[in-house]
Amino acid sequence: MHNQPQHFHAQAEAALADKELRANFRGAMDYLRDKRKTAFADAGEESAIRDRAEAIRRRCLSKLPELLEQLESNCIANGIRVHWAENAEQANAIFTDIIQSHGGTLAVKGKSMVSEEIELNDAMAKEGITCLESDMGEYIVQLGRETPSHIIMPAIHKNKQQVADLFAEHVPGFEHTLDVDTLIQTGRRVLREKYRTADVGVSGVNFAVAETGTLCLVENEGNGRMCTTVPEVHIAITGIEKVVEFLADVPPLFSALTRSATGQLITTYFNMISGPRKENELDGPKEVHLVLLDNGRSQAFADEELRKTLQCIRCGACMNHCPVYTRIGGHAYGTVYPGPIGKIISPHLMGLEATRDLPTASSLCGACGEVCPVRIPIPELLQRLRHEAKQDPAPGALPLRGQKAAASNTEAFVWRSFALATRQPALYRMLTWCATRLRWLIPRKLGPWTRCRTAPKPAARTLRELMAERNK
Amino acid sequence: MSSAIRLYPPRPEKVYVYATCLVDLFSPQSGLDAIRLLELAGVEVIYVPKQSCCGQPAYSSGYNDDARTTALSQMALFPEPWPVIVLSGSCGGMMHHHYRRLFAGSEHEARVNQFCDRVFELTEFLVHVCRIRLKDQGPSTSVVLHTSCAARREMKVHVTARQLLGQLEQVELREQAYESECCGFGGTFAVRHPAISEAMVQDKTRHLNDTQAEQLVSADWGCLLNINGALEYQGRTLKGIHLASFLLSRLEGSHA
Ligand code: SF4
Repeated sequence: MHNQPQHFHAQAEAALADKELRANFRGAMDYLRDKRKTAFADAGEESAIRDRAEAIRRRCLSKLPELLEQLESNCIANGIRVHWAENAEQANAIFTDIIQSHGGTLAVKGKSMVSEEIELNDAMAKEGITCLESDMGEYIVQLGRETPSHIIMPAIHKNKQQVADLFAEHVPGFEHTLDVDTLIQTGRRVLREKYRTADVGVSGVNFAVAETGTLCLVENEGNGRMCTTVPEVHIAITGIEKVVEFLADVPPLFSALTRSATGQLITTYFNMISGPRKENELDGPKEVHLVLLDNGRSQAFADEELRKTLQCIRCGACMNHCPVYTRIGGHAYGTVYPGPIGKIISPHLMGLEATRDLPTASSLCGACGEVCPVRIPIPELLQRLRHEAKQDPAPGALPLRGQKAAASNTEAFVWRSFALATRQPALYRMLTWCATRLRWLIPRKLGPWTRCRTAPKPAARTLRELMAERNK
Repeated sequence: MSSAIRLYPPRPEKVYVYATCLVDLFSPQSGLDAIRLLELAGVEVIYVPKQSCCGQPAYSSGYNDDARTTALSQMALFPEPWPVIVLSGSCGGMMHHHYRRLFAGSEHEARVNQFCDRVFELTEFLVHVCRIRLKDQGPSTSVVLHTSCAARREMKVHVTARQLLGQLEQVELREQAYESECCGFGGTFAVRHPAISEAMVQDKTRHLNDTQAEQLVSADWGCLLNINGALEYQGRTLKGIHLASFLLSRLEGSHA
């Protein structure tokens, strides 16, 4: 059974206790942070790139419905068949239908977090269709029957020893080695064969251009291009928020994405797919499909503040810099998207009941917002979701799925009392008087606080009292 | 949100001090020292005894109505147009940034924004408004600085704290690994997610301790409550004091 956000606490504790896992994450995050830092060596340039990327994303989201329609008609004009899916079930049914109509049994898949979101592999397996991951990290994760622990580095929780052990177990003829090149070649050898025999290629989409009906795909391994060109049928799937207005919007976003993700100025491959193979062309699929998935995104879209969540271009920088993610890793979250972005998007995808511990699992340190290439104010959105998890929707606003799921009368009482004490000087004075005069009564153990700290000791006199003496 | 670049006024004659609830209760000496420091910098300091808490704990827990109640009551205590100097980056962040968000679109918006503009964090005020020059009178020593995440990312006053320490000739500033990483306090976060918070504060204290600095300083009592508690639990000799206390101790004698 995979991890679930409902069990966040237990999963986080287990991850914290796993020394090897923690070392793997710390090392990997340090590496990625360094890469990003080098790519953004000039602070002025960094700021300009982020401003531009943010402006583009905001503009495109502000006209999302129109752009989606434009995308659809331009895709159709290009010969791409467009499908709409409200949820995971519908999306999977679309896949099944297409693949079965071709009598297909094997699909090769490039990296796509949206396909993880709808649990495509499992759904296809139930229909007798094998969905083989072709991204090296995804392939490793699939061999280990796991889920990705990071959105751009799916197997980052594993070190090379663990990968070698996995290959030794699953890949026939593999001679155990820790040589990284050999490990990669091993994976490639297995996958090469599959591209040729697969009936269908599946991919995600990084940017879908409304103006031209073009699907853009960013990758480094070349596997994505194999998936989208070799099999007869290509099915791309994307969340509805990935649409951009103009082709000219793509380069600035691409630059922001690759620098933030892996510190690259540009990736090895950049694919632009604008339709199936034409009469006189030698390669490419005969059919291209695009599945546009909502799955809770329109809930985020409906609210102007929460809409900022959808600006995300899935670079992973927020998780790389998050002190919580760095320590517990991606699996502890029990969501497809972990880390800061996971905490703000998952409540829309899964509802606030299941995800109610996620928005609170942040010290609001702001490291995520500081690096986000599209300037999503993640801490503010976390605060917003904390609020929505506790109270009724604002008057006139649509309730979120799971609105008020974390409401607690005791807590509400505590904060009402807090507000009362802060605005009533006499009450506040009395409370602090008690805390200082009775400080010897403070127990040595104070619940969770004292599991690694001594209990805080109030001073003998408050500042207010000392100032009263000083001013005498 | 306010603009990224802040224009600073000339040095005023009077300022209000907002000591924060943690200083009031756990380290009143920090408050006295900060007030003295401001006086040495040439401003008259008004301390309003009715002040309590900025409301951040309620706000970060998602209780916006309660946070608003608190915020309004606090703002009412500072009616004159003088700057409000906050002895903590995170409470400063609350009062300078988050109050705006809390009251956006409400009848109080304009008044609240005016208040927010008047809020300064202590080190920022000393450097940019008072343009203070510190004359170091203390013996040679080494310090390590911890800035709260809000001080660093919301108030952007990480630099000013360092500038003040940099003025002290006999003080060597030591750098800790992962300096910009959160200490794991985050108010209610430390209690709601104790295991994660523990992992964070343990790393933080290790990195601070590894510098072998003689003194830890910070301008945020929230972080110090967390870090000092952990250092003490581990039996370390390193202990954090408020930056204001440290600075004053270096000046003492020069202005006596
Ligand atoms: S929220 Fe920002 S930093 Fe995080 S993955 Fe999305 S774009 Fe990247």
